[in-house]
Amino acid sequence: MRKVYIVGIGMTKISRHFNKSLRELFAEASLKAIDDSGNIKPGAVVVGNMMSSSLQEQDDLGALLADNIGLRGSAALKVEAACGSGGFAVATGYTLVASGLYDIVLVGGVEKMTDYPTADTTKALAQAADAEYEVFYGASFPALNALLMRLYMERYGATREDMALWPVMMHDNSYHNPYAQLRFKTTIQHVISSPIIADPIRLLDSSPIGDGAAVVILASEEIAKKITDTPIEIAGVGLSTDSVDLATREDLLTARSIRLAAHKAYKMANVEPKYIDVAEVHDAFSINAMLVLEELGFAERGKAWKMLKEGRFRPGDKPTVNPSGGLKARGHPVGATGVYQVAEVAMQLRGDFPGVRVDKAEIGLAQNMGGVAVSTSVIILKR
Amino acid sequence: MRVSPARLWREKIYHYRLVATMCKKCGKKYFPPKVVCPLCGSKGLEKVKLPERGKVITYTVLHVVPRGFRENAPLIIAIIELEDGTKVLAPLTDVKPSEVSIGMPVEATLRKVFDEAEKGLIAYAVKFRPIL
Repeated sequence: MRKVYIVGIGMTKISRHFNKSLRELFAEASLKAIDDSGNIKPGAVVVGNMMSSSLQEQDDLGALLADNIGLRGSAALKVEAACGSGGFAVATGYTLVASGLYDIVLVGGVEKMTDYPTADTTKALAQAADAEYEVFYGASFPALNALLMRLYMERYGATREDMALWPVMMHDNSYHNPYAQLRFKTTIQHVISSPIIADPIRLLDSSPIGDGAAVVILASEEIAKKITDTPIEIAGVGLSTDSVDLATREDLLTARSIRLAAHKAYKMANVEPKYIDVAEVHDAFSINAMLVLEELGFAERGKAWKMLKEGRFRPGDKPTVNPSGGLKARGHPVGATGVYQVAEVAMQLRGDFPGVRVDKAEIGLAQNMGGVAVSTSVIILKR
Repeated sequence: MRVSPARLWREKIYHYRLVATMCKKCGKKYFPPKVVCPLCGSKGLEKVKLPERGKVITYTVLHVVPRGFRENAPLIIAIIELEDGTKVLAPLTDVKPSEVSIGMPVEATLRKVFDEAEKGLIAYAVKFRPIL
């Protein structure tokens, strides 16, 4: 396989973009990324998106979006793995370049979530769960995560206040990120007294609903070295799945797909967790952050909340986790999130991320997942 | 969710009677049912009736409920470990949120899950209630 590099990056701010459609958001991020790459022309377009089928009632999204940015005639497809679509799209784009089939591929994640009342959006989001055996009973996506949060607190002794440390840290970071949706600070007291969604999950444990698009341009080594002084290598890619339903897992608090995907990515990149300078991880709810930190090998099982309490993972620590503010506060336009993460980590390595910056970062990691740790991607980048 | 008579009818043995599939090789039971055993890879799975009693191992109380469930709010969803160790996800019924606890003994009972008034379809399934 050929080496693959990120040579262009573009993002929109995540927001309730009432004046922008899905295709406009995608075009905005794409044109920025193409410009950032020095105007190279991609031969293929890979789109990470979850809900265009249910919310925009639009299929064949790849072709629609490619045509809109002047790439009529190119290969184009959509990759869907629920909230993990973005990471899987980057992985798909990676294989197109690594295989030699294409030299330049545009990978974009996009989601438009705010055109309808919240109940419509949460219904579409629930499609990430098992329709016949979870959604059927009225289990929403927050509800499934709440089942894990209660069990985690019970088994490992974390209090409600301990779990609130994560959102507080994320809001501290997003405050400095101009692309973030929620740019305000919060407190433990605010988190634990915010409205209950699915007990014990409260509003401020949850990522917000927002619109956004992020794009990375991938290129072969030959092209990357010609057009940029700061190519970022995709050094490791790991993908894995677990059961969509929660109940048939051996242990509810063992997120197997994360562990397997991470193992594969670390091995391919020839690194260990302790080498990672900066990570962007999937924290749709506070409980997700704990499980992810543990399965990635940044914390022992059941101890992520203790490390957080000791002040770990903040700016200045190694790894610094979610300097963007994470899904919690940067925002979570679901199918776009995985591409935002890869774009943010690449900018950290290039040294031009416009928010909280991790100095002299050499190795970064992006972890994205669909469902409750169902479809996980771990992507490792090197400067 | 959208339902049709065929969609409800196909799942009836699982939803009405708490039937799972069991791996003939390793003995593990699955609800929702699987065709191939995810644990040992065996293709020999058969339908088995699950025990009707167990205990709550975790639960949540939904204050924001999906459309179609408003009359059930607040909705309690739990994961129950049955007497044979099989875990199932199901709603709790006949109990107030403040009375639910981890470890609470529960038993299966057939209840309405939701109805689609326009089509006249009523979805039934096993829920769990406290053992009196």
